[in-house]
Amino acid sequence: MMDRSAGPLLSVENLSVRLPPGADRSHALAGVSLSLAANEILCVVGESGSGKSVLANTVMRLLPPGVSPDAGRVLFQRRDLVAASEAEMRRLRGAAIGMIFQEPMTALNPLRRAGDQIAETFRIHTRLSAREIREKTLALLTEVRMPDPAAALRAYPHELSGGQRQRVMIAMALALEPALLIADEPTTALDVTTQGRILGLIRDIQKRRGMGVLFITHDFGVVAEIADRVAVMQAGHLVEVGPAEGVLNRPQAPYTQALIAAVPPLVPRAARAGTAAPAILTLDGVSKTYRKGGGLWPGRARVTHAVKNVSLSLPRGTTLGIVGESGSGKSTLARCIVRLLDPDTGTIRLGDTDLAALSRRAMRAEARRVQMVFQDPFASLNPRRRAGELVAQGPMLRGVPRAEALAKARALFTLVGLDPAAMDRLPHEFSGGQRQRIGLARALAVDPEVLVADEPVSALDVSVQAQVLALLDSLRDRLGLSMLFITHDLRVAGQICDRIAVMKDGAVVEAGPTAEVFTAPQAAYTRALLDAVPGRAWIPGRPHAPAA
Amino acid sequence: MTILLLALRRLAASLPTLLVILAGLFLLLQLAPGDTVDALMAQMGGGDPATAEELRRYYGLDLPAAAQLARYLWRLVQLDLGQSAIYGKPVATVIAERLPVTLLLMGASLTLAFLGGTLLGILAARRIGHWPDTLISTLGLVFYATPSFWFGLMGIVLFAIRLGWLPAGGFEEVGAGYTGLIRILDIARHLVLPTLTLALVFLATYLRIMRASMLEVMSLDYVRTARAKGLGETGVIVRHALRNALLPMVTLVGLQAGTMLGGSVVVESVFALPGLGRLAYESVVQRDLNTLLGIVFVSALLVITVNFAVDLVYGRLDPRIAAGR
Repeated sequence: MMDRSAGPLLSVENLSVRLPPGADRSHALAGVSLSLAANEILCVVGESGSGKSVLANTVMRLLPPGVSPDAGRVLFQRRDLVAASEAEMRRLRGAAIGMIFQEPMTALNPLRRAGDQIAETFRIHTRLSAREIREKTLALLTEVRMPDPAAALRAYPHELSGGQRQRVMIAMALALEPALLIADEPTTALDVTTQGRILGLIRDIQKRRGMGVLFITHDFGVVAEIADRVAVMQAGHLVEVGPAEGVLNRPQAPYTQALIAAVPPLVPRAARAGTAAPAILTLDGVSKTYRKGGGLWPGRARVTHAVKNVSLSLPRGTTLGIVGESGSGKSTLARCIVRLLDPDTGTIRLGDTDLAALSRRAMRAEARRVQMVFQDPFASLNPRRRAGELVAQGPMLRGVPRAEALAKARALFTLVGLDPAAMDRLPHEFSGGQRQRIGLARALAVDPEVLVADEPVSALDVSVQAQVLALLDSLRDRLGLSMLFITHDLRVAGQICDRIAVMKDGAVVEAGPTAEVFTAPQAAYTRALLDAVPGRAWIPGRPHAPAA
Repeated sequence: MTILLLALRRLAASLPTLLVILAGLFLLLQLAPGDTVDALMAQMGGGDPATAEELRRYYGLDLPAAAQLARYLWRLVQLDLGQSAIYGKPVATVIAERLPVTLLLMGASLTLAFLGGTLLGILAARRIGHWPDTLISTLGLVFYATPSFWFGLMGIVLFAIRLGWLPAGGFEEVGAGYTGLIRILDIARHLVLPTLTLALVFLATYLRIMRASMLEVMSLDYVRTARAKGLGETGVIVRHALRNALLPMVTLVGLQAGTMLGGSVVVESVFALPGLGRLAYESVVQRDLNTLLGIVFVSALLVITVNFAVDLVYGRLDPRIAAGR
């Protein structure tokens, strides 16, 4: 290691990175300057397209073809990485600079054992014997607190959970004790409790080893949890940089102020009047199991209880949040309610009709009354149909004349805040938030009584997310809708839901008014969930609250 | 043990298909004018109708088509492929004499196409947009678009007739009495042109698939992870990209085993190789129903076997598949 006291570990000076011709702007980064000291965590925050990942990949020199720096320097231990030779970069990567990526599902080679992939780092950079490498790999897996490290050594990536895979990634990045760790959204794809553990792990190891960490994220909660200093980016420019406490609580730049204002605080919304209305949707003892394998021998099939005996009720005109981590069965429950799946047992009563007992044919007639908004605004719209048609299709299927349906679609576009002139465009011409509005208009086109929204804002940037949430809230009131809102994000749930049901392993562990669930959680699991929310102590706009 | 069980299960699953193919072929041949006896009589230089009738009764050709089919299938259940009227030998013997030639030709072509396609595909993907990629892709297109018999004929014209480097046809030098290593070399020399002819079309397909597959894999996250570890370009390809990129190739080999068998009919005819393909062609011309059905049966078994082997290889290559089984 070089002398750390002399100047910053990493210093980015006036860096510009050029995009290939035809991109939406000429530079992914324009004149960015920042520095990172050893033993410090610098969070780079920004929305999608802000250039934060490009920054990380420029330091690592792993930019895609056609994207390259055209001005500035990146000094790492006083060496300019922009000008370094490829061979020199190869010696640094993995050894002096480690990197963790966002997607633990795809960042590991699916065909090679986890231990082997960690060991490869040693094989590339050192001349250790196979036995020494094995011992070191095992020690690393223990250090990242992998349950049963010896088994993980031999496991293939698909045999590990998302959190475990991310631990393998971290072990890989830390193998040779790098002076600089670059983490590109390392917890974004993880469940909230797993995210909390991984963040704690990164912070612990950083402290113990005195590493400098360049931490890329879009999530201000994570920033509040882990950052020593924060750099805010917007469209390739550095907007603001400073100590975490100052940036989070006294943001100077208008853009930072707007971003932070859009972060939902982890406080329940004020109770609304009229939430004690009679139930419009009542679930009673709904169960759904999946079977896999077994073939001719049903007894040998692996049975997964995705939803176990769930009973809930949704008062008319209110929003019920269903909160849980991945695999908790919340999406399966939503699909059972709109009968995309058939529940095994139980009743789903909408008004006087039991949806669960209807035949597929009869359900098609009732489908109008309960509509769904899906998570992924990019995949849930047919890319070959025009936006207006997508919205008008539902009414037309129910016999409304085309002209009338299109007129209705036009009105709905205005209602959800889109320009009706955009009806002739194809889905790919819209942004993520706009597509989610189209999805919403599509669901509203058939005048539903109940709207089931499955993670409708989790793929959106925080400012867009705030807009869509506000839209959902106002639509519920204006159209007298009742809403089932499925989310993994407690901040979002606190923002929009009147009542909350917490699901774990297919069962509801706790249900009640949002304020009660937030302030006096009964189930241990609910408490764990609330504790794991990153930056829970930080409440945007209340500078007196201490940053974690 | 598990492998044996799997193999039996796969075979059982293929039985209905096999039955439909055999019955369909049987009925199709009933529609063609003339039968085995007509072909036999023509070979003998003609004869009187009474003899023909007697022969038909002898071969059981006077029965209704359904009864003939039932009789054939019943014999098949007892693993009896019947007698060949034309060759005067059991069909099983006739096929056994011809099978090794076809297997050798197919094996050699498949190996060449697979290895060549993989290498050229990687090369093209690494140099995408540059001249090696353009050259390889153009060559691939030419190979793919040209009929294989034309390749065969041109190969004969150039290498056998003009240059005299290689024999024009046949499986070995008949009557030379070669043994041991010399015989092997002689057969190899005879097989160079047929193997190339059969392999080129498949090589072109494999090369395109490998190029596309390689391009896709190289853009995946774990390749970036490998680079972030400080691995060099060769290391990234050999240790991370190659095995992943090979998966679609392996699937394709299984799918194309049948096509390759079909292609060998043409190639064996062009190069006068005494293989299964040529036997099939001759059986059609001579209305040798038993032999033809026997060939179809054996070919189907061959394709099933290849596919089974491919599945096993796939399981070895991809641990996710093995876990799901």
